[in-house]
Amino acid sequence: MTLEIISFVVFALLAIASALLVITAKHPVVSAMSMIFHFFMLAGLYLTLSAQFIAVMQVMVYAGAIMVLVVFAIMLLNLGDEGKLRSGFNFRKLVAWFLGGALAVQIAVLLSNGALSNTAISEKASELGTAQVIGGELFTNYIYPIEIVGILLFAAIVGAIYMAKKNLPTEE
Amino acid sequence: MDSFLYILALAGIKLGIVFTLVLLAAAALVYLERRIAGIIQDRLGPNRTGPFGLLQPFADVTKLLMKEDIVPEAANKKIHGIAPIITLGVAFVVYAVIPFGDYILINGEKIYMGLATAPDINIGILFILAMTSVGIYGITLAGWSSNNKYSLIGGLRSAAQMVSYEIAMGLALVGVVMLTGSFGLSDIVRHQDGWLWNIFTQPLGFIIFLTASFAEMNRTPFDLPEADAELVGGYNTEYSGMKFGMFFLAEYANMATSSAIIALVYLGGWTLPVPAETLGLEDGSVLLGLAQFVTFIVKIFAMTIFIIWVRWSIPRFRYDQLMHLGWKILLPLGLINLVLTAVGIKIFA
Repeated sequence: MTLEIISFVVFALLAIASALLVITAKHPVVSAMSMIFHFFMLAGLYLTLSAQFIAVMQVMVYAGAIMVLVVFAIMLLNLGDEGKLRSGFNFRKLVAWFLGGALAVQIAVLLSNGALSNTAISEKASELGTAQVIGGELFTNYIYPIEIVGILLFAAIVGAIYMAKKNLPTEE
Repeated sequence: MDSFLYILALAGIKLGIVFTLVLLAAAALVYLERRIAGIIQDRLGPNRTGPFGLLQPFADVTKLLMKEDIVPEAANKKIHGIAPIITLGVAFVVYAVIPFGDYILINGEKIYMGLATAPDINIGILFILAMTSVGIYGITLAGWSSNNKYSLIGGLRSAAQMVSYEIAMGLALVGVVMLTGSFGLSDIVRHQDGWLWNIFTQPLGFIIFLTASFAEMNRTPFDLPEADAELVGGYNTEYSGMKFGMFFLAEYANMATSSAIIALVYLGGWTLPVPAETLGLEDGSVLLGLAQFVTFIVKIFAMTIFIIWVRWSIPRFRYDQLMHLGWKILLPLGLINLVLTAVGIKIFA
């Protein structure tokens, strides 16, 4: 038993448990909290793979920024009567069952093939996970995609400001 | 010596030392805050419990522990209980990446003076930023779960405030990262050796970071989440006993943390004022480690005194002034600082 395996098992089990809690919790705030916890456990899993930069970014962007908005929305809308939302059999459920089953079969086939058994971390992995390497790649080989993402985000910000200002009373 | 048990034991010992230090620091800060407030307001402050009132924080904790823990009838009980734990936990977790000094050699084994056993975690600053952004949840959930309008407003204000000032904080830190070329806190400290403190090379960044730190700590002049005069007590109105004590403790632990980060990033961290060779201290000796530790603690102490001093000197901002300062002044200044740093590096390096 090495440290990697122990921490992997702990993080993986907690990640699965919190993911289950996200969809089974009665209260939306509890769901949101378990999702934040899940993101932390995912970050831990990234760390066991020596991907330190992605691990921290995971916490910063998903747990720190996106989930704050989710929690805000839940609090301000005061969702609480989820009992009324329960519905019986519908088409969506059927599709969900089908897709879930397909995923389970895929994973089972992959596992029995032995495709996932060779998971030793290569020497290079710890070098590739650092911010320097990722930044270097992004600003040399992937410079065009990153510029396009930048323009897209800028357009989104402009759009958000326009939509926020539309409902303001004009100053006169 | 790289076995699992060895790593675990080392981390455990370090954890014990760091936790004791932080708890003691929090107690000392509560005492200092009350005494300094007394001096500034021309009165004595607590001076009856023990010599010079030094036992006051312990008396306070005893009182909080013995008080009845009241949870409001309409509160969401589970989350009401979890919120203070999140706040305090986040305040402590940041110490995982804070180096208290370089390394010391014991039996030829390099032991780094910080919780992290690997010194080259190259993400120290990002980790701190991530944790400050997670710290929002404790206060926001406390405000929401109390089911009290004042608490809710306090919680929402705190979230808005922290989200806004995080951006300025991050931008100020980018300047330092550009100078150092690393996200690692140890690298940043080593880069400042020999009085090359970042406060001199990044004065604008320092002011932005300091202001944003005050907002992130929810300290006066930015303590709008608990503005007593308008919100009773803000997010912690409905908390009593040790749950309130945890928020209280977290506030002072956060103060120590912020001071430590400012000392590390801008005030040279644990670098000695004179080169170690002139003092005749060898690399890795226990004495040098102690000297670095003491230097660092002195800097943290000076910073906390400054924070307390500001609290009792400057009145609270209005909410719109707070947002104006964050978005329309600090954010552009942060961008200007970034451009200036880039130009400076291009010219001088």
